[in-house]
Formats: sequence, C-alpha cells, structure tokens
Amino acid sequence: MTEFFQSLGLSYEWAWGLATVAGILLIALPLMLAVAMIIYADRKIWAAIALRRGPNVVGPFGLLQSFADGLKVFLQETIVPTAANRTLFLIAPIITFTVALIAWAVIPFNSGAVLADINVGLLYILAVSSLGVYGVILAGWASNSKYPFFSALRASAQMISYEVSMGFILIGVILFADSFNMNEIVKAQQGHGLGIVNAFGFNLLLFPLAIMFLITALAETARAPFDLTEAESELVAGYQTEYSSMSFALFWLGEYANVILMCALNAILFWGGWLPPLDWAPLYLVPGFVWLLLKIAFFFFVFSWVKATVPRYRYDQLMRLGWKIFLPLSLIFVVLVSGYLMLTRYA
Amino acid sequence: MIQIFAFYIFATVCIASAAMVIFSRNPVHSVMWLILAFFNAAGLMLLCGAEFIAMLLIIVYVGAVAVLFLFVVMMLDIDFAELRAGFVRYLPLGALVAIILVAELVFALGAWNAGAIDMAARAAPIATDMTNIEQIGAQIFTRYVFLFEASGMILLVAMIGAIVLTNRQRAGVRRQVIADQVRRRPEEATRLVDQPVGQGVEL
Repeated sequence: MTEFFQSLGLSYEWAWGLATVAGILLIALPLMLAVAMIIYADRKIWAAIALRRGPNVVGPFGLLQSFADGLKVFLQETIVPTAANRTLFLIAPIITFTVALIAWAVIPFNSGAVLADINVGLLYILAVSSLGVYGVILAGWASNSKYPFFSALRASAQMISYEVSMGFILIGVILFADSFNMNEIVKAQQGHGLGIVNAFGFNLLLFPLAIMFLITALAETARAPFDLTEAESELVAGYQTEYSSMSFALFWLGEYANVILMCALNAILFWGGWLPPLDWAPLYLVPGFVWLLLKIAFFFFVFSWVKATVPRYRYDQLMRLGWKIFLPLSLIFVVLVSGYLMLTRYA
Repeated sequence: MIQIFAFYIFATVCIASAAMVIFSRNPVHSVMWLILAFFNAAGLMLLCGAEFIAMLLIIVYVGAVAVLFLFVVMMLDIDFAELRAGFVRYLPLGALVAIILVAELVFALGAWNAGAIDMAARAAPIATDMTNIEQIGAQIFTRYVFLFEASGMILLVAMIGAIVLTNRQRAGVRRQVIADQVRRRPEEATRLVDQPVGQGVEL
C-alpha cells in the first residue's frame, strides 16, 4: 500500500505513515463489526443448545441486537466508585481493549496481506497476550472491592500458568515451520499432510499440540470452562463488578476481540490459515481471507459449544491441568518434535 | 527522521518513568511506571534492530516478572509513615550504593570515549543475511554452549531450591486423585439390598 501512496507523489515516510494508518483502520473497523456479530452469534449458539430462541427482536433475526446493546451502554453514565483509584480504574478497560487490538498487527489475512510482516511475529503475539492480564489485574485492584480483587488474583495466576505451556506448544509449530514469521508458518503448511492437506493439524506429532492449544486458548481468554475470573456464582461478575457504561463495554469488546484472535491463531498455527484446506488448484480461486474467516468461524463455534456444554472448573483443577498435565506434556512434545526433525529433516 | 523522533520519545519516556518509579507515592503506581520503563526500553532495542531481545524483554519482564511484583505489592499493606522512618536509617547505605553507581557510570562513559576496545576483535561478527534469532542461536549453541548450559543448570538449582524451601509436607491431607475417581465402578460405590419390611439397614 506504501507504493500506492508514493505513486500519488508523497515522500516515502509520509506514504508509509498513511499506508500504516489505512491498514490499521482496515483491520480495526471490520474487527469491531466482527466482534458485534460474534457476540450475537455466541448468544444464538448458546440459545440453540439450550433450546431457546436467543436475541430475535432487534432487526431481522435479531441481527442488530449487539448494536442496540452498544448504543444503550454508550448512553449510560460512567460510575466511578468513590473508594476506587480513579486513574487506574479508568485505564484498565482501555488497556484490555488496546491490547486485544494490537495483537492483530501480525495476523496474515492472505499471502503478504499483513500489517506488520515481522520476523518475530509469534513472539509478538506471546508478548501481547501476556499483557492482557494487566487490564484485569488493574481493574480488580483499582475497584477497591473484594470480588474484583479475588478475580484479579485468579486471573493473573491463571494467565501466567497457561502462558508457559502455550509457549512450549508454539515451539513445536515453530520447529516444523522453521520460522517465527506468521506468513512463513502458514506457507510451511502447504501440502504438509500427505502432500495434499494444507494443515499442520493432521501431522500425528502436532495434532495433540493442536488440541492442547485449543484448550489453552480457552484458558487464556478466560472462556468457559475456565471463566473463573467472572464466575457469577461466587464472584458476582469478577473484575467487571464495579464497571458500568463504556468502561464495561470496553472490557466486553476486548474480551471478544481476544476470543476471535485466539480462533484466528488456532486456524493459522495448526489448520492452514489463509490456505484452502486441500492443496488443489480450484480451491485457490477463493480469496485467502475467506478461508481464514471460515476457519475462525468454525473455531468460534467450538468455543461457544464448549461454553454451552462444559461445567466450570474448580480453581485447583485449573491449576492442576495447567501445571501438572499441559506443562509436562508440551515439554515431552518439544523433545519429540525436535527429535523427529533431527532424524528426518536435518539428518 | 522517524527513527530519531522515535528514539527521543522512547528515551525520554523511559527515563521519566524510571524517575516516577522512585517518586510516586503509591507502590502500585510505581510498578506501573516500571512497566512503562520496560516498554520503552524494548522500544529502544527495536530501534537497534534487536527485535528478538525486545520481545523477550516484554514477555519475560512485563509479562511475568512485573505481574509478580504487582501481585506482591497489591497484597502488601504498606505503611508509608514506617517507610519514611526507615529513610534516615538506610540513608548511609543508600548513599554508598548511589555513589558507586555514579562512579561506575562515569568510568564506563570515560572508557567509551577512550574507544580502546578493538571492535573488529569482538566475539560476534554480525552476519547480515541471518535474522536476529538465528544469529543469537548460532552464538549461544556454538561458541557459548557451555556457558549457556551452565546458566541453565544454575537456574535449575535455583528452582529446585525454591521448591524445597517452600514445600511443606502435611500429614493427614486428603487430596483429590482423579485417576481413582475415574477408576471407581458402580459396584464399589453402590449396593442393592433386598430389604425385608420392619428391619434396619446394615450400613
């Protein structure tokens, strides 16, 4: 896009700046729309599993429900508790929302269609996802209230625990793809399975990692069954208890943007990203981002499905799963994957 | 142009937030300023072209270490009056550390200006065709492999030490054993009794 702005007679620096801003808008605005629709989809799927109708009043099939909710929240008053730490209380939702957005900078939507094509793309994702916890911790502490504080403590322990095994799971993918660059990782999956399937997931060594990554993604985004941070039966609404109006909506938006990000990561790292499922020429006629969107939609359906069917974990079970099962298992797979690659690729 | 601009922004914010770590009265605010300082240091490293180290700085320090700091600081009930009472008592020691730091900074800057180190003879000649990660890996796993493994062993020992120090075995604790629960069959847990009328059940 930089070349386009340069052809309009701008110097390189201005063209680069304008291209970057345009790229950010091209990602962030559709993402907000996607978040609105995915909240609607979440409620509809959940309702269908519970044999209810779900939102069906606002607009055709209730499609405009999220926008109505957004408008309602926008018109409400922002209440800051008197005992709260005002600055941090208001910064916390902004951090959550911003962090959820900036991770999208390295997500490839098609071959080369990525805002920042950096060598350390996957590390950037890890770095950004580790920042997500600050919004929750600060919200919990700054609210100066018991339930949010408990929620913040739980959230920080949960996210740190699962980030460790997530890092090890990613190492398997990185070793197979031989790169940290997201685009390279997608390209490495072309014809990976028997020369015809475009996915790491069908590799017997990587399939367990794909499953573990899906579960870790649930834990990282604090979705059911790992939604201990907002367990309504014990903590009211967790760290969001004291929030109202737009500050509450920002948490909500950030949370769902994170969920879509994790779905996209599942698709990109293990199931071929913007590549079609099979390495067959006619399938390449469909634009890459359509395949990516379809895969994201599928994984989001899995997320909702899990939310509707699986009961919430207890805190000690959550910690046991993270430290005693996923961590050793992912470590073993690092050894297995690197051993296999040393035998076959680098022998 | 953009790089110079970015450098001055990162450097200024880094120093200012480092100062705010010391000056802010609320310890939680201090940790937040510290995180901002880490961020800007990572930005400076990006400007040097060390993107791998920049990302590691954020993952390790911001993502893990600072969270633990925040955890501890949030849980502590810090009494500011008590802190200020200790100020005079620790002043000589603090002053000593400060003097040593300043002296070392002056010394380092002097050595830098003298420029006596032969840069051609340094350990890691930079191959421009490799990415950052490959360069670091190539150095760590060839030239510095024993130092690297030694540091790994030291960390392992430290980890085991921490576990040994905090681990306490309590007798008589009933723990959930998931395998036992899964292995349990209906025959072990339930019993069908053909109960005659008018008699108690043997439990």
